[in-house]
Amino acid sequence: MNIPALELDQIWIKFSPARQAEVVAVEGASLSVAENEFVSLIGPSGCGKSTLLRAAAGLEQPNRGEIRVDGRRMDQPGADRGMVFQAYTLFPWLNVRENIRFSLKKSQLTAAEKEERVNRYIHLIGLDGFENSFPNQLSGGMRQRVAIARALVYQPRILLMDEPFGALDAQTRMLMQELLLEVWESQRSTVLFVTHDVEEAILLSDRVFVMTARPGRIKAVVEINLPRPRSLVTLESSAEFNAYKRQLLDLVREEARLSFAERGLE
Amino acid sequence: MENTPIAKEMTFKEPRHQRLLELRSEIPARIYWGAGAAFFALVLILWLLLTSFGLVPALFLPGPQAVWREFIRQVSTGILLQDASASLYRIMLGWIISTLFAVPIGIMMGNFKFFEGMLEPFIDLMRYMPAVAFVPLTILWVGVGDSQKILILFIGTFFQEVLMIMDNVKGVPRELIEVSSTFGLSRFEILRDVILRYAMPGIWDTFRITLGWAWTYLVVAELVAANVGLGYRIMRAQRFLQTESIILGIIVIGLMGLVTDMLFKLAYRRMFRWMDRKG
Repeated sequence: MNIPALELDQIWIKFSPARQAEVVAVEGASLSVAENEFVSLIGPSGCGKSTLLRAAAGLEQPNRGEIRVDGRRMDQPGADRGMVFQAYTLFPWLNVRENIRFSLKKSQLTAAEKEERVNRYIHLIGLDGFENSFPNQLSGGMRQRVAIARALVYQPRILLMDEPFGALDAQTRMLMQELLLEVWESQRSTVLFVTHDVEEAILLSDRVFVMTARPGRIKAVVEINLPRPRSLVTLESSAEFNAYKRQLLDLVREEARLSFAERGLE
Repeated sequence: MENTPIAKEMTFKEPRHQRLLELRSEIPARIYWGAGAAFFALVLILWLLLTSFGLVPALFLPGPQAVWREFIRQVSTGILLQDASASLYRIMLGWIISTLFAVPIGIMMGNFKFFEGMLEPFIDLMRYMPAVAFVPLTILWVGVGDSQKILILFIGTFFQEVLMIMDNVKGVPRELIEVSSTFGLSRFEILRDVILRYAMPGIWDTFRITLGWAWTYLVVAELVAANVGLGYRIMRAQRFLQTESIILGIIVIGLMGLVTDMLFKLAYRRMFRWMDRKG
């Protein structure tokens, strides 16, 4: 019996803002990610998918349920779970090299080993020549590449990504997806990826979890049986890809319509 | 590259002449600075005209020449240097003590809701109490020496400064703190290596602004029981109707405030280059 790398077991998360009605964001959601598996979590906006991911990172405390990494219960952020956010989170006073090295602060590696590894990841994300640039000299896509390298370089057990390409334009987004695929296929790590982009989820994932409208539950799990290495260009014309797309879009749209009808335009 | 033959042969049109008062648009630096210098000159000329034709009695407003003579007199007798150094000493000490308290307390308030909840209502109350009203109390508490002046400057500065530093610290994006916690950093390490680093330019600006306020409290601080200082000189001149001495005092305080302000701005540009690096 294999223990999953990451397990979210019956997670409930409630918010009780001051002087406002309590909101149940996540209602008994469970999912697991196996070793070296790429799993996406999709759902209509406001369904609690980001909240669930934040709980996995230890940034949100579930009111019920357990988060387990390799079978061990976790309730705090730790270097075993790396996170990439949608918002730019680079340190503006550090250049590219220093930003990536920052996440190795608590690592036991020697200075030379750190240097070697930072260089390797700079190369991997294609930013050779930009080592000494500062974040506000970089484009949005470059910044997110640095953020990804910074989350990968200390080799966390699990990589959590919260719509990391959400703020990028369509062209950059596509290139970033291909870059992430390339990196993941060469490194093989365990990823939980939140997105609202169905194509992105199919392209990247081994399995896709679909959440219901708020309060968020897991509605369906779809296994993506497409051969790797994948590329958006070849997939777009494939019948299987479009079948997955149809299936997932139907699932998400159903929920989006429900939440739209219930809450109106927020 | 810049000297390709093609570039040499091509003719370039000058960009369309920009109107001076275009909304939010840049203007040439020489016009920008020239306007500032011209306005100073204008004020000086108006002052000269008003006073030299007897439009305003010299008792109310002496001319620039009279103020200049007073300046020369105070420099040659050494009074000005004495006053300025006494005032500078008080201001720096009052402001440094205020800052020594405001920085740690502001950081605590900005990061921990507990300290914010505990201290903010009290500080909000205190900062609306006029520093000048504390003059009699401070004399009662610490006597009439330098420490009384420093205490007034402290009261005038601290309660504003601590709230501004709290806000500087609160301005650090939440994601930056969260991402640092996923690197396994402790709360203390995040505070030191992320929050303070990010908030530093803002805090430095707070230093500059509050030091400017300390200068404006100088006269209040030297209102009573002083025998040296720029503020004291102004109060004394009022008693003897030496208007030119009052004006000189005001100008000197203004200039010294301006100089400290510029020093802080200069240091800011040196220290926080990363703030304005553009691609």
